[in-house]
Amino acid sequence: MKKKNASMSRKRAAGNAVTYALLILISLIWLFPFFGLIMQSFRSFDPAVEYGGMVDYIIPKTFSLDNYRFLFSGETNFLLWYRNTLVIAIFVSIGQTVFVLCVSYALSRMRFKGRELLMRFWLILGMFPGFLTMICLYFLLKQFGLTQAGAVPGLILIGVASSGMGYYVCKGYFDTIPRALDDAARIDGASRARIFFVLTIPMSKPILIYTALVAFMAPWCDYVFASYVAFGYDKGYNVAVAMQRWVWTNDYQGYFTRFCAGGVLVAIPVTILFIFLQKYYVEGVTGGAVKG
Amino acid sequence: MAEKKNPVGAFFSAFAANIRDIGTTFAEGDFRTRLSYIFFGIGPLLRGQAVKGILYLALELAFFWYMGSFGRYYLSKLPTLGTVATQKIGRKTVYGDNSFLILLFGLLTIIIIAAFILLWRMNIAENRREEELLRQGKALPSNKKVLGSLLDSNFDKTLLALPMAGIFIFTVLPILFMICVAFTNYDANHQSPTNLFTWVGLQNFKNIFQFSGSGMGRTFFSVLGWTLVWAFFATFLDYFLGMAVAILINKKGIRFKKLWRTILVVTIAVPQFVSLLYVCKMFTNDGLINGYLLKWGLIKSPIPFWTNPMLARITIIVVNIWIGIPYMMLIATGLLMNIPEDLYESARMDGATSFQMFKSITLPYMLFVTGPFLLTQFTGNLNNFNVIYLLTRGQPQSMQLAEKAGHTDLLVTWLYKMTVNNTNYKMAAVIGIMVFVVTALISLSVYNLLPSVKDEEGFQ
Repeated sequence: MKKKNASMSRKRAAGNAVTYALLILISLIWLFPFFGLIMQSFRSFDPAVEYGGMVDYIIPKTFSLDNYRFLFSGETNFLLWYRNTLVIAIFVSIGQTVFVLCVSYALSRMRFKGRELLMRFWLILGMFPGFLTMICLYFLLKQFGLTQAGAVPGLILIGVASSGMGYYVCKGYFDTIPRALDDAARIDGASRARIFFVLTIPMSKPILIYTALVAFMAPWCDYVFASYVAFGYDKGYNVAVAMQRWVWTNDYQGYFTRFCAGGVLVAIPVTILFIFLQKYYVEGVTGGAVKG
Repeated sequence: MAEKKNPVGAFFSAFAANIRDIGTTFAEGDFRTRLSYIFFGIGPLLRGQAVKGILYLALELAFFWYMGSFGRYYLSKLPTLGTVATQKIGRKTVYGDNSFLILLFGLLTIIIIAAFILLWRMNIAENRREEELLRQGKALPSNKKVLGSLLDSNFDKTLLALPMAGIFIFTVLPILFMICVAFTNYDANHQSPTNLFTWVGLQNFKNIFQFSGSGMGRTFFSVLGWTLVWAFFATFLDYFLGMAVAILINKKGIRFKKLWRTILVVTIAVPQFVSLLYVCKMFTNDGLINGYLLKWGLIKSPIPFWTNPMLARITIIVVNIWIGIPYMMLIATGLLMNIPEDLYESARMDGATSFQMFKSITLPYMLFVTGPFLLTQFTGNLNNFNVIYLLTRGQPQSMQLAEKAGHTDLLVTWLYKMTVNNTNYKMAAVIGIMVFVVTALISLSVYNLLPSVKDEEGFQ
């Protein structure tokens, strides 16, 4: 019996060693691009110091802050692009959370005529690809003067306006809050609105944070619509649109390392925020996946 | 559940009931009700229901103002989408019709008319309700109470008003507009207001199924085929590999679980336009990967990751694994913990190997619970614009395919190219409708096959 246990534990130790080896390998693969990104951001674009285009080595020969200096020097509108993106992200995050919350509560707690029909209708609408409507939306925004110079409010409007359709995860969460709580409050004479503000919202902190977080992260990657709406107006760009150009310009100009530096500056705050709120994100996606 | 009725029959019987109700309300109603048939809200107003009455009346006036000032004009032009193009006569620009505006506002007008009819019907029902209440000797709710109900029994209307308005203006109307565009000749040669576009019937749809001549059938089916292949691999490879990684991390005796997870999660956190553009550059001919392989003498010439069609497709799928595993790992981790430990315990007693346990306990459970999720993942991947566009922009270009489609283009990226580069709006609209058809077909057929839908209590 003892012998068997000993061999079992040896077997388990060997198994664990393999697992550790695999996990370390996976971690290396997953972190490699980020390591490369950070390293290249410290390579100078100044030909007198080092070649700034694509090279076949990772660690720069001389570490320099030239790229970061360039970004803050005012030669380009980098700080403005950054601010644009941040403003869009914050407002879209707030707006979407409010919209999603309203729709989810109404669909989860209230029973009204046409509720099922509405949900089915939105489900069908969601099957159309988003870019289909691009020209029409562009035209609508143009009517309100929200393109080019007005790209930032325009993108906020687009980001918030249709967000009510993304209610699934939040409604799923509301459905798990016992209705008995609502009923008890109603017997005590509380109105629906009061229950919503005093009872439901304070109980929904995880889903609130999840919704706000996801909404906050999307504008940082928004290339398609942002480039269409800003349409050549440099000051209306967000970071994705502006820096995408640097990747596709010719290498000898050394814009690639500047892109890396900008990318690092964009990624750091977003990543830190995300890692901080990881717990809520996990809760949200897992809940969403199970309910589908 | 009620027995299944013929939906068409049900619709007509409901319609007939409505007509009957409108008739009896008029016949049995007092003069206030009868007046309301023409002047909305007069009835409630005369009965002291100021809030409702004024609202109905105001909406009616707004409708007639709208119809009189623009609605009528756009509606009358809708069948032709305009006949007079904007021209330059001498040095003066003579403005004509604008097909784009006519189509958009014509559609809006039709919807508004439908809403107006609905409003009329609601106004009649409101009158009948009030009369009935008075007949029973009850008092009508005070104006204060009517307003107050918006925070209580009618709170859903308050909550949904703004989101629904947003969805209507920024999703429903544009989608209807683009569906209509699919039946017109709106393209680079027909840009209103200088060149009007008009209705062409099913011509664009014929074009997309036409294989001979200038038809786009070959391109369409080639792009569609790759879209489906991509969605299949992107969904299932990520699913199984992500689950495998989750099992590795969850294994008993493995330490630093949180660290491993956090390392993987960084890929979700970093904005994709940063990480994917960098990865894209890593795989180019002069990129890091080829650079090191050449330096180490493993290859003689750079591997054409992005320029060889087949290789580009494989590389995209592989890079997508890098994106997809962390996401699936997070989901699987939570779900794996829900599987009762004693199931494994008793399997172990019976001498089952780890693989057997995975095959007969873990996998069935996961498939059961995540069925709907897999479906949404699949349809999401059909439209996965970011990964494709940031990595390859649909390149490498193909000589055989029409409309500048590339070998790695999905239907959505192709649609995007048509809209932005070629301004071929009519075909972009057709492709958009096709994407919808494909998504809807797959969703409908798979959804009814899902075990968790068929049998909700199955895994208890």
